[in-house]
Amino acid sequence: MAVQALKDYKFPPADSVDKFHGAQLLYVGWDDHLMFCAPFAYCLPPNTPFSDLCQKFMAHSFGYHPDWKSVDFSKVTWLKSGQPWQPDMSKTLAELGLKHKDVLRFQTPGLKGINGSCS
Amino acid sequence: MDMNVKKKKLGLKEKYAHMTRGLDWQTSYQPMDKVFPQATFEGIKIHDWDKWEDPFRLTMDAYWKYQAEKERKLYAVLDAFAQNNGHLGITDARYLNAVKLFLTGISPLEYVAHRGFAAAGRNFPGVGPRVACLMQSVDEIRHAQTQIHAISNYNKHYDGFHDFKHMLERVWYLSVPKSFFDDAFSAGPFEWMIAIGFSFEYVLTNLLFVPFMSGAAYNGDMATVTFGFSAQSDEARHMTLGLECIKFMLEQDPDNLPIVQKWIDKWAWRGIRVLSLVGMMMDYMLPKRVMSWKEAWEIYFEQNGGALFADLARYGIKVPECLTQCTEDKEHISHQAWATFYQYGGAAAFHTWMPNDEEMDWLSAKYPNTFDKYYRARFTHWRDEAEKGNRFYSNTLPMLCQVCQIPMLFTEPGDPTKICYRESEYEGEKYHTCSDGCKHIFDDEPEKYTQAWLPVHQIYQGNCFPEGTDPTAEGFDPLAAVLDWYHFNNGHDNLDFEGSRDQANFAAWRGMATKNT
Repeated sequence: MAVQALKDYKFPPADSVDKFHGAQLLYVGWDDHLMFCAPFAYCLPPNTPFSDLCQKFMAHSFGYHPDWKSVDFSKVTWLKSGQPWQPDMSKTLAELGLKHKDVLRFQTPGLKGINGSCS
Repeated sequence: MDMNVKKKKLGLKEKYAHMTRGLDWQTSYQPMDKVFPQATFEGIKIHDWDKWEDPFRLTMDAYWKYQAEKERKLYAVLDAFAQNNGHLGITDARYLNAVKLFLTGISPLEYVAHRGFAAAGRNFPGVGPRVACLMQSVDEIRHAQTQIHAISNYNKHYDGFHDFKHMLERVWYLSVPKSFFDDAFSAGPFEWMIAIGFSFEYVLTNLLFVPFMSGAAYNGDMATVTFGFSAQSDEARHMTLGLECIKFMLEQDPDNLPIVQKWIDKWAWRGIRVLSLVGMMMDYMLPKRVMSWKEAWEIYFEQNGGALFADLARYGIKVPECLTQCTEDKEHISHQAWATFYQYGGAAAFHTWMPNDEEMDWLSAKYPNTFDKYYRARFTHWRDEAEKGNRFYSNTLPMLCQVCQIPMLFTEPGDPTKICYRESEYEGEKYHTCSDGCKHIFDDEPEKYTQAWLPVHQIYQGNCFPEGTDPTAEGFDPLAAVLDWYHFNNGHDNLDFEGSRDQANFAAWRGMATKNT
């Protein structure tokens, strides 16, 4: 036990997947687009198709950005936990092996935010 | 014949000794370890409590006298402020939003500090620190009280001030300062002294009370500035107490050094993260600016803090490693934090806005290396869109740092265009942090932070709606339900300053005060 405590310091984690009513957390950040101050947190059922994540949920969150309409998902590159990762749009989050609190980053070559400022 | 000899008065030191002598009694029917269970579990070794020197040697009778004088002055100014409609003398109603953040973020913490120092005093077996902690505990409750009184004048006239106690337990950004204090309070008494007595009082209050209170003066807010001056004399004593505690631990046993160093590193970083809020207050929320955040940082942290660490070097204490990162961050954090509040301004209990041209030029002059390059285009775009009726509000909840609880808004060391992602795994669960500093804190004591009450996760778990809410009902609006649970008056307390009720009322009332129509 790393924590110095008077007695046993053992508690269940506050955010384990069983507390999310059948859904799981997934974080998604858009590189070079800091107009969105932080990656977004989604709470989605594991049977959500990845295409829905991109076309529905991410479009809702990132759609304000003028670059969004130029995003071509066939050219997007992805990182999962900072490592290159390749999704299959037709598969669900579970089928892609995306676990609770996984973090994805997507990069859109050629799109560098407002006036190229990475905003 | 008897001579009328004047009785010699006791000096402060003798008086202190008499007033505190004998308070460190030994227990007779319970072992000392049972009465003071918190004195040893953190690993700090104390061999002689009598070696503790209270730097102020203040006794209660003198304490009441000083504090009563200050209270009289403070309340005289507050009365005058209220009777003269002093709230109309501020520069601009935008300024009030800095006060709102201060009230909701800091005042309840003063109360927690009062509880924490009372607890630390109870748990130290030595009489010196016990008496000193008692004084600070009384100071802190007085600060909570005077801050609430100083700001209650504003609550009569403006939105967003009405329910700070309720909000502290719930609102997403207030979890940042709250978690700082919860973390400290759930540690032992010695770590508490470093967390609050040292890090908070040194790192934070110097930067909060000196330049921010000057900001209050610059902006015509005599209620807040008078409170600030009244509190500042206590803060000096608090800082000395924190420092004295560190020196005491280090002088007592060489084994204490690595423990103290670890706490200094941890709490310096946690304090610096909380300061992001103060950075944006200074650079963006004061209509009349005193100095930039970067300048304040250089004076009050780099210079003052540097002198402090030079003083501690003889005990073997090293400057916290995070300082390299902070030197880079001073160029960025105020802009990054304000951009965050701007886009989540729908869920904040204060108004946000984009700086005007003159303000952007000021920022550009103060941050010649960074503002135009990284931030101006973003802010100009948002302002243009707002003018077209397309004001940006983020519609999705952000990812939060597991330790500091701030949205993951900070950028990579060496690259202000990339968000800094750090990841840890503990007992099969993933945990994310915003920086090397926060990751290090998590990895050192993961058990503690797996329990963090992260607002975004709590909302998604359905724990942040008013009782009886049915999230499955047709047309359910989760944001409205969360704001209701926060006790926000949606449409009044939040959203843009432009078009707000505060803006309209201030203009109308000041007009009545200065014109005949």
